[in-house]
Amino acid sequence: MRYVIGRVQRLVIVLVIVTFTTFLLVNVLPGDVAYQLGGMDASQEEIEQIRRSLGLDQPMLARYLGWMADLLRGDWGNSLLTGKSVWEMITQRFPISLQLMLMAQFMALALAVPAGLATAWRAGGWLDRLVTSIGFAMVSMPTFLIAILLIYLFSLHLGWLPATGYEPISEGLWANLRPMILPAASLALVEWTVLMRTLRAEMIGTLQENYISLARAKGMSNLRILFAHALRPSSFSTVTILGLQVARLMSGAIILEQIFGIPGLGRMLIHAVYTRDFIVIQGCVTFFALTYVLMNFVVDLAYAWLDPRVRERRAHG
Amino acid sequence: MRIAYAQAVARHRKSIALGWAFWLPAGWLLFVILIALLAPFLGLAAPNRPDFMNLRAPVGSDGFLLGADALGRDLLSRVVWGGRVSLTVGFAAPVIGVGTGLVLGMLAGYYRAWVDEVIGIAIDSWLAIPGLVVLLLLFSVIYGGSLLMVCISLGLLFIPSAARITRAATISVSQREYVMAARAMGASDFRILVREVFPNIFWPLMAFVMIDIPIAIVAEGSLSFLGLSVQAPTPSWGGMIAEGREYLETAPHMTFVPAAVMFLTVLSFNLAGDAMRKRVSGGRQGAI
Repeated sequence: MRYVIGRVQRLVIVLVIVTFTTFLLVNVLPGDVAYQLGGMDASQEEIEQIRRSLGLDQPMLARYLGWMADLLRGDWGNSLLTGKSVWEMITQRFPISLQLMLMAQFMALALAVPAGLATAWRAGGWLDRLVTSIGFAMVSMPTFLIAILLIYLFSLHLGWLPATGYEPISEGLWANLRPMILPAASLALVEWTVLMRTLRAEMIGTLQENYISLARAKGMSNLRILFAHALRPSSFSTVTILGLQVARLMSGAIILEQIFGIPGLGRMLIHAVYTRDFIVIQGCVTFFALTYVLMNFVVDLAYAWLDPRVRERRAHG
Repeated sequence: MRIAYAQAVARHRKSIALGWAFWLPAGWLLFVILIALLAPFLGLAAPNRPDFMNLRAPVGSDGFLLGADALGRDLLSRVVWGGRVSLTVGFAAPVIGVGTGLVLGMLAGYYRAWVDEVIGIAIDSWLAIPGLVVLLLLFSVIYGGSLLMVCISLGLLFIPSAARITRAATISVSQREYVMAARAMGASDFRILVREVFPNIFWPLMAFVMIDIPIAIVAEGSLSFLGLSVQAPTPSWGGMIAEGREYLETAPHMTFVPAAVMFLTVLSFNLAGDAMRKRVSGGRQGAI
């Protein structure tokens, strides 16, 4: 319990710092939103007018607190460009990004788990060396490069999958999944290596345990040993990595949404950056940070719950 | 058990002599770095001079060894000049980031208590925003990055991990006898940190810089792919790939030339770094 309280304290402090920094960056550095809203030839009075109506004439701390209060009430401000509610935009687009990330993570695991088991089984053997080398090559490829290679191969040459586009789920499951396959695969092909390596390293340790030898001595089949006995105790680090990977998935999704024209949160953020729509940027960054921090908080707790040693270590450390 | 372990160590040592797995990538890197450094003296075509007679000239056509892009600019020349951007960022960003992280980590690990707590919270907050989102936030503010800004912003991304590693190493070094001896002799904190702690954590951190270089190159590539790094017409690998994308069907070489160079370079950094790391960790147990 002390562990949980400590984590929650830390979580709150981190969230305050993150939101404050975002707020500061967006509100102080670029001069003034008022100038942007007013346009090039706005008079000084007009600027003052806009400033007052937005509450920009108030002291920074008051504005931050006001903004935070609005955030908590679900009022994330309106886009400077379209006037739409930022919170509405986020809730519309986030599920699309989430789907992309989940599909990618699922594909990555589908590659990483068998690969991790197979390589750990005969560590140093030809299969291990081959798969590890492929992983090494993959990790040297930026996501956008893999995406372009996949587009070149599967869209332009083979014509199996579309290169861009998005269909809502209401158009049918396959119609919805089809354009998401390539972007998700691009992301998965980069991410699976990390998972595979982590699993492999821990698996090699597990396979040297006595109970594995016992299972082998009892004549249990290799597959059964790997999946039923060795996989679960070897997956602690992999679970942690899954949490940490969310950041990489988010970064990857932002780029891929841009390449494949998927109207997710990342595309919205990039568009906002191009058009300098600061209210949207502020909302998106806050949302990304919130999601990521909460995700890792949950993973941390789950991890501590799975493995009591963590609770001990952290409480004393 | 013990004997088996000793044998394994011996075998491991033997396998980690720097073989072709190090020298081949190292050779490519040396080649790329040299070419990038000497770019102005190689007699290449100007990287930004359009040639409307040779739009998208294929690889190997007359006067265009690696072909030309959509404006007829020489791809070979652009790849070389783009390499200058990628390599500059690749080296500068990790040095900036690891340097800052080093100072923070040493302070946190040496003083512990509230210093550790404050730096820890700062790092946690920094890590709370995914890397690309941080960069997008920064670039929305400083729009149109100069090379220096790109280096600094990317460098920021390397602070947390470097600080954490330095902190752990500093804690372990600070408990060694020679540090206690220095303290007993009345050495100042500053002197201990610089003369005793720093030399003992320096080399492991250099290995860390090696890991960060390819990451920085990839990150710069992603940024310039999104058009947020150095501005056109300055060539950069990511930017060239983005430009080539529109002609992927008709002129794939526009994409594949910079893509191949970038991939080989990043792979080489990874391979060479990996070989060096194996050698360091196999030969001598460092502070980390």
